[in-house]
Amino acid sequence: MATALADLFPGQSALVTLIRCEAGIRHRLLEMGLTRGTRVRMVRVAPLGDPMELDVRGYRLSVRRSEAAAVGIEAAE
Amino acid sequence: MTLGANDSAPAAVRTQRIAVVGNPNSGKTTVFNQLTRLRQKVANYPGVTVEKREGRLAGTDIVLFDLPGTYSLSARSPDEAIARDVLLGRLPGEPRPDGVLLVIDASNLERNLYLASQVIEFGAPVVVALNMIDAVEARGEMIDCEALSRELGVRIIPTAARTGRGIAELVEALRDLRAPQVDGRQWPLPEAYESAAARVADVIRAAQVIPAHAVAAGSVLWLTDYLSGDPASVASAERFLKRLKPHEAEALCEIAGELSKSDPDPATTAIEARYLWIASIAQRVLRRATGAADGRRLPLTDRIDAVLTHRIFGFVVFGGVMLALFTAIFSWAEPLMDLIESGQIGLSDWVRGVMAEGPLQSLITDGVIAGVGSVIVFFPQICILFLFLSILEDSGYMARAAFIMDRLMGRVGLHGRSFIPLLSSYACAIPGIMATRTIENPRDRLTTILIAPLMSCSARLPVYLIVIGAVFGDRLWLKVGVMFGLYLFGTITALVMAVLFKKTLLKGPTPTFIMELPAYRLPQIGAVVRTMWERSRQFLTGAGTTIFAVCIVIWALGYFPRLDETQLSGDARAEFLALDAGPESADARANILQGEQLRQSFLGRLGHVIEPTIEPLGFDWRLGIGILSSFLAREVFVGTMGITFSIGEADESSDALRDKLAQAKWPDGRILLTPVSGIALMVFYVLACQCVSTLAVVRRETGTWKWPAFMFGYMTVLAYVGALAVNQIGRMIA
Repeated sequence: MATALADLFPGQSALVTLIRCEAGIRHRLLEMGLTRGTRVRMVRVAPLGDPMELDVRGYRLSVRRSEAAAVGIEAAE
Repeated sequence: MTLGANDSAPAAVRTQRIAVVGNPNSGKTTVFNQLTRLRQKVANYPGVTVEKREGRLAGTDIVLFDLPGTYSLSARSPDEAIARDVLLGRLPGEPRPDGVLLVIDASNLERNLYLASQVIEFGAPVVVALNMIDAVEARGEMIDCEALSRELGVRIIPTAARTGRGIAELVEALRDLRAPQVDGRQWPLPEAYESAAARVADVIRAAQVIPAHAVAAGSVLWLTDYLSGDPASVASAERFLKRLKPHEAEALCEIAGELSKSDPDPATTAIEARYLWIASIAQRVLRRATGAADGRRLPLTDRIDAVLTHRIFGFVVFGGVMLALFTAIFSWAEPLMDLIESGQIGLSDWVRGVMAEGPLQSLITDGVIAGVGSVIVFFPQICILFLFLSILEDSGYMARAAFIMDRLMGRVGLHGRSFIPLLSSYACAIPGIMATRTIENPRDRLTTILIAPLMSCSARLPVYLIVIGAVFGDRLWLKVGVMFGLYLFGTITALVMAVLFKKTLLKGPTPTFIMELPAYRLPQIGAVVRTMWERSRQFLTGAGTTIFAVCIVIWALGYFPRLDETQLSGDARAEFLALDAGPESADARANILQGEQLRQSFLGRLGHVIEPTIEPLGFDWRLGIGILSSFLAREVFVGTMGITFSIGEADESSDALRDKLAQAKWPDGRILLTPVSGIALMVFYVLACQCVSTLAVVRRETGTWKWPAFMFGYMTVLAYVGALAVNQIGRMIA
């Protein structure tokens, strides 16, 4: 069971729970729409394996794996 | 009317200033261009190098000016801090705007409403351009503008700026700006937070430091910043405290302290509460149009990305684009540069023809014309680069390029966006450094600027060619290998320096790659050409004057003091007298005289002065003259060597100069340019910052002389140490 955004495979979706990282990055991720309960779909990974592309609130956001690893997720119903 | 009698001048006389605010990729610039009909001027915000466009709203005396594209009003990035300070009237020298034009990407409503609601809550008169409404309709949806207008309390004008739709209505709305119909924040916070915000608002209202309509929003923003735990935001909150009286500031800190006990992360609480409200609005106003196609077909952007970010095709396309960019800068500019150079020579020849020989003629030809020439010779390269960059940026591919390259650049602590500037620097560091503007993080940008000149640019090529030719003769594969090695050496040094800078001087919080991947769009020719022209022009005005001034100084150093035939030194005199006085050897005599002139000029004497310092590197005073004059621009080396060795005009393909260099000796008869000292010389050229234009551009881009001075310093030290190591170690081995 995946527990962080970085663990998702392309095409998988999940709901955001909690972001654990330094304040500046956490608040930036939140402002970009990754708030608790938001549905996120992992779209694809860059050709070299990092960063990754997410579908959040109907737009595309790219984050590095290290940043995605800080975003907790739970299964989307 | 007497001066200062009263300050209630008739309202009609004062021009209204309206700030244009929006997310990056919201079409803000297109809206701005449509409204001002491209009659704009570009400047910088006071004290910073953030671009500021200003233009008159067509047919009115309303002035529009744009703010950097931002996602929020937090103070974490410099662009955001500028946007926020201008909106709140906090930037010195920049009056608070009379109103705001908010540009929203309708196809990305929720995230755009985040910034929009922040701005609206500050209570200044606002009009919203609900832009890219056509993209919403194309995917079979519609937005209930009346409902959205009621929710936000502001006028909403649906627009599609690319086609001009809605622009006339927007102009009407801007002429009749109104304050928001709702009062401050409309989303609830937890009880403890609400009461803290209300108490903070009371203190700030009593202090009367910000307008009454901004107090409610300002209070929440201050609490969020002060308790955010992020250094930049906290610093911003503390700056605000300085504007209050001590007891007021104390009261705020106390309220914040209490809140932090019940809520460890109020910033997160506020962001989540705002988004909950936004999501509920979006749900109410966003409708599926009847009879529209369902979303089974993949959006165009996804289908394009399936290829452009593909494991294999992604790199093929990326490689192709980079190759095209590189070829363009390297070779498309070539004919134009040749044209400029021949124009320069033609003009100089003409001046020589009509003017009497003397200092004034030399100042005009070798000083002024050569100086202007050395500025505009870069112009074609810069135009081509910016043409490419604005197409890549406007189409949305730039974000993908960064997405593809981030893994590699991340290894040396840089951002994916650093790749294109560094690649461009192989052609010329000047367009490369100007291309760093697409890097948002200031530390990443500065690091990229500082290492860009280590990439071997095209101006080093003539130096490499002549020295390799002189030292390695006809051994083709050795020559190719050495050339390749020099390029590789520069690149590796650049990457090592990047790691070093990021770990020491430009150390900062963990760099992030939180970046929007905007939908692909067809670039608009008008806008692309306009961006290209504006940025290229900034090079001429910003860096050109410095480059020109230094050209004149170097000219003077090489021209004075004058000498004539009677003042020739021993060797040159003997050589001179050996020639017969007939017209057929007039050129040879002129070359000897010209060489002696340079050798005895201030520049030549300086070469002698620095000889003891460069002797350990394996260079004599003649190479010293070449190195000194190269600080103007590296390619000058070849021409200077031609004059120093008395063979007149020379370029990198000159056999005469190559032979002279190969045969040059120290006074004790040792060969000057051995393979070891030749490589030392080239290593020096790889590492040294011998380019006034680069320094002038760095000054232009960083807004201070501190960074060009640092760049010059560190590269000179690197070059000296590098060449010293090669020469000393090489001589031990050889």
